[in-house]
This record gives sequence, structure tokens and C-alpha cells, in this order.
Amino acid sequence: MPDPAGHFGPFGGRYVAETLMSALIELEKAYRKAWRSRSFHRELDGLLKNYAGRPTPLYFAERLTEKAGGARIHIKREDLAHTGSHKINNTLGQGLLARRMGKRRIIAETGAGQHGVATATVCARMGIPCEIFMGEEDVRRQSHNVFRMRLLGARVNTVTSGSRTLKDAMNEALRDWVTNVRTTYYLIGSTAGPHPYPEMVRDFQSVIGREALPQFRRAEGKLPTAIVACVGGGSNAMGIFTSFLRYPRVRLYGVEAGGLGLSSGKHGATLSRGKVGVLHGSKSFLLQDANGQILEAHSISAGLDYPGVGPEHAWLKETGRAEYVSVTDAQALSGFSLLSRYEGIQAALESSHAVAFAYRLAKSMRPSETVLLNLSGRGDKDMGILMELPEGGRP
Amino acid sequence: MTAIDAAFRRLRTSGERGLVVYLTAGDPTPAASLRYLRAAADAGADIIEVGVPFSDPTADGPTIEAASRRALSSGMNVPGALELVRRFRGTHATPVVLFGYCNPFLRYGWPSLCEDAREAGVDGFLVVDLPFEERGEALPAIRKAGLDWIPLAAPTSGMARVRAVDRAGSGFLYLISVTGVTGVRKTLPPEVAAWTRKVAKATRLPVAIGFGISSPALAAAATRYADAAVVGSACVKIVERNGRGPRGPAELSRFVRSLKKALR
Repeated sequence: MPDPAGHFGPFGGRYVAETLMSALIELEKAYRKAWRSRSFHRELDGLLKNYAGRPTPLYFAERLTEKAGGARIHIKREDLAHTGSHKINNTLGQGLLARRMGKRRIIAETGAGQHGVATATVCARMGIPCEIFMGEEDVRRQSHNVFRMRLLGARVNTVTSGSRTLKDAMNEALRDWVTNVRTTYYLIGSTAGPHPYPEMVRDFQSVIGREALPQFRRAEGKLPTAIVACVGGGSNAMGIFTSFLRYPRVRLYGVEAGGLGLSSGKHGATLSRGKVGVLHGSKSFLLQDANGQILEAHSISAGLDYPGVGPEHAWLKETGRAEYVSVTDAQALSGFSLLSRYEGIQAALESSHAVAFAYRLAKSMRPSETVLLNLSGRGDKDMGILMELPEGGRP
Repeated sequence: MTAIDAAFRRLRTSGERGLVVYLTAGDPTPAASLRYLRAAADAGADIIEVGVPFSDPTADGPTIEAASRRALSSGMNVPGALELVRRFRGTHATPVVLFGYCNPFLRYGWPSLCEDAREAGVDGFLVVDLPFEERGEALPAIRKAGLDWIPLAAPTSGMARVRAVDRAGSGFLYLISVTGVTGVRKTLPPEVAAWTRKVAKATRLPVAIGFGISSPALAAAATRYADAAVVGSACVKIVERNGRGPRGPAELSRFVRSLKKALR
């Protein structure tokens, strides 16, 4: 748990313009009240079950396990959740909260568009006007999701500043929020941003681990040896890690975007290569130059193409509780292909990073050991990117 | 008493209201930006805010965001901004506030930053995304160097926070006039006057009001209950239009004179 001001060790906190401070304090109060309220949880649980399709299954990946010839691989199927990823867990929670707070408009940033789609979905469900900020580069490479958001009635604002990706979308969302702060709810999609977002998003996503823990015990009669999840801002990873933090023997692996390789300088491996700094309201690791200017990240997956990372991940890295590794664009494509050919599951390119590492890890482990892989989303949105690649991304 | 305190004392004695001019360091080049700073000071700016450019200025509107981009492409950074202030100090005594975002300051390191800033002739710091609650990492170093920490208050702050930031800060209180990002506005909402009056009555620091003040008339109206007006984007627009051109500083000088005239 963070301290009352939202610090995870030296990380986190609230580094925002004064205009937003009272809104964050109001949000924190409303969130604490809702989290204690039975009626809030009744409503949220009902929606998670009947609307989002939870619990998502835990699936034993038999052929992938055989192919790896090492540890037994189980997959938590967040790709089967409504809208195609784990993002719906958080948007339902915050959507209900926004309605309780009487906010008349919801805004959100999105990278891959999964959070944008999940936000637009919840706004449609609740009848609240919705505006999504998305970088021009991401609008291009994830056009499928842009189309979905528009069909859901959301307005998609294309952001043309900076690297035209997730970082810049978040800048614009913050500018909108500071202007319309009295009426607008800012629905952040990752365990990043100022307090209370990292804690709140983690809490809403922690349903993943709360389900996976008993599911895994039923399947294997024990806890997993290792858990693997991809990390951009870090929401799906925190979602599955949280329930297992109290079991120190369970190894936790966060997989960052290695892009074209860490030595190329074109990557999104914030925890592996970043330095401590402040961006988008919290202190964490950042890709930055010697003068404190933020560097552009690179990844084939829009959702991991972010130069920051959630503060709790920074803390888990500092304390050594979790390990952070990276997987390149090319390795992620192999991960996608493996899961597609051996299990008939087409993962999002973000999640494919976790697949690639989980496979490599399982290979190095004993058959008596186990790997729990969090498959955060499905790959339909990435067909355009794959089609543009030579051989359609087939290795 | 700091140079900023002295400036407000002098203003109070003469019965005029102050003018704080914001310019982005290194916009469009370090040399040109020094000419603009000097022009603003010569034309009567009482305090100058020198903006340190940041790659992700989330509290700024398009005008200052574009200025930050121009400045960054001219190679401007924290050391460059300190050098700019040092050169300005060679010719002018006008108090200078270093204005910016946390990360570049944090990377430089607060203790050495404050020492180097004082040595360069900086009088205070205004950090947009370092609210009262997070001041612990910067404030001791700022105080130790004998510099002012300019606190911010917003229309959403509520009086309890306004009083708290007023007590924690020094120099002056930067009062944000409207919710939003920086940028030129044609008018300010009518409730600004009552809000300013309420803040001015409840605080001990001089109050400088900023965000959206773009003309002499607006500056005069906004300072009915405040001690000074901050004019940023409207000045930066002059730099944007003229760039390194020879007429830029003269145009800025005319504008600053007209603002100052309206505040007397």
C-alpha cells in the first residue's frame, strides 16, 4: 500500500498543476467511499460478471508447454473479456465512480486503443459523453480501434504533438482536464498518473489476480513458480501481481518493450534503461536525456510505446520483489506466432511480449515448475500491423 | 529581504501595480532570447519569469508549448537558462524567477541547482507541477540558497489551501485566474474579480494574477484587487512572430510599455 499521499517508497505522489489538486483530492475521497460501499461493489461485480464476462478462464496451454519442454504454462485469458482486453475491469470501476461523482463528461487517453474502446464502451453503457485522446501515429496503426470507438459514440481527438503516441495523448488529456476539471472525469487507463490513479487502477485490475489465484490452485494444487505479464504503464501486470505479492516464493516478471533492441535506443524499456524522474503526475522511472527532457519510446505495440511506467512497478523493482526484462519487436512477433500456431490464440502485440518471455522462461525451467502468463488482450486490432509486415509477420 | 520583496515594496510605495513578464529561455535562440529579456526589462517589467523549456509542458497551451519546442531545438536546457540569466544579470537588476516543470530541475539536482541559480542571479523558483504537498524535496534547498519559492493558487484551490500555500511560499503568490492552460484570452470571467479580492484579503504575500492576460485593458482589470499581472503568452506571441528579426525586441518593448502604463 502507498502512504496517504500516494508514495510507493520514493515513487508516486502528486506532481500536477495546482488547478488539479482539489480534483485529485475529491477523486480520492469519492474512491475511498465507493470502495467501502457494499452497493458499489454489488453493482461493479454484477457488471464484471454479466457484462464483461468475468471470471475469465485460466487455460492450460498444453501444446505450448509441450513445445517448450519445460515448465507447465497456464494462461489467464483476459483476451476473452468484453472489448478484448483487461482494460474493461478498470473502466467499469471508474465509470461507476464518475457517475457517483455526478461528472457529466469522461475523457481518456489511449495508446493501442484498448483503453479507449473500453472507456467508450462504458460511456455508451452509462450514457455519458466521451472524448478520447490518441496520438496520430497510434490512430494510424490502430485504426481498427479508432473505428470501434467512433461506432460507440465517442469523439476521438487526434494528437499531433511530440511523438504522436501515448505520452502525447496523455499530455492533451491533462490539458483538457485542467480546463474542464469541474465537470469532467479523467479516466486514466494505467497504473500511472498522480495519486490516487496508480492505487485505484491497481485495485480495479486486481480482480485478475483474485480470480487467478484460486483458479491456479485448483488446476495445479499449488502456487505458480513464476508469473509473467507485459508492462507499458503496468495495469495488467499489477492486476495479476497484487494477489501474489504476499507469497515471496512466487517470482514476478514484468516484460517491457525492447523495441529494436536496448542498445538501439529505440525501445520502451523504462525500468531497464530509465532514470528516476517526474512525468504525468508521478515520480517513477522515465526514458529521459541528461537534461531531464523526455525521450520518445519505441515499440511495435502501441500499448507499450510509453517512456514512463507506473510508480508501484518502480517500487517493486527497487525492492527486488519483481524482475523486469525486455522483449524486442521481433521476439514479440515470434511470441504472437507461437501462440497462434500452437494454441489457436491470437494475442495482442502487447501481450505477445509476455508470451515470448514466458515461453523462453518455461523452456529454462523444470517440468515440475509452472508459469502463469497473463494474456492481457486479443490481437484483432493488430491485424493491420501484421498485414503490413513481410510474410504477414510469420517468422 | 529578497529582490522580489524589494520590488513589491517599491511598487506599494509608488502606488502602482506590478508587471511580471514571462518569456521562454532560448526562444528562438539563446542570443535572441537575451535581447527580448533586456527589452522587457528596459520597458519596465518589474519581474521577469524565465521559462525553462520542457518536452511535455502539460500546463501550457499551444503558444508556450510551441515556444518550448523552439527553445529545445535551439539547445536550451537548465544550464543554458542559468547562463542566460547570468548574462542578463550583467546588465540588469530586474528580479528573475526561474519558471519550469519538475523533471529538468530534478535531473539537475535541487541542491546544486539552487546554488548555481543564486550564483547566476536567479531570485526565485516557480515550479508548475510541484504542488505544496510535494515541496519537501525542493523547498529546503531553495531556502538554503536564500531564494524565493513562488507558490500557486488556482480557482479550484479553496481558501484553506490558498492560506496554506501562502504560508509556505515567499516572494509573491501566483494566482491562476481561470481553470485551464496558459494562453491568450480575450476576456476573463466576471467572477475573477471577487475571487482575487478574497485571496488578496486572506494572504500575506503580494498577489500576481496570471493566465489569459493579453492586453493593457485586461491587465488593468485583473489587477483591481491584485498587486501585479503576469503576461506570458501575449509576449511569447511577439517572439513567435518576429523570431530573431531585428524588430522583435522593439515590438515587445512597445507592448510592455503599454501594459505598464495601464498598471500605473
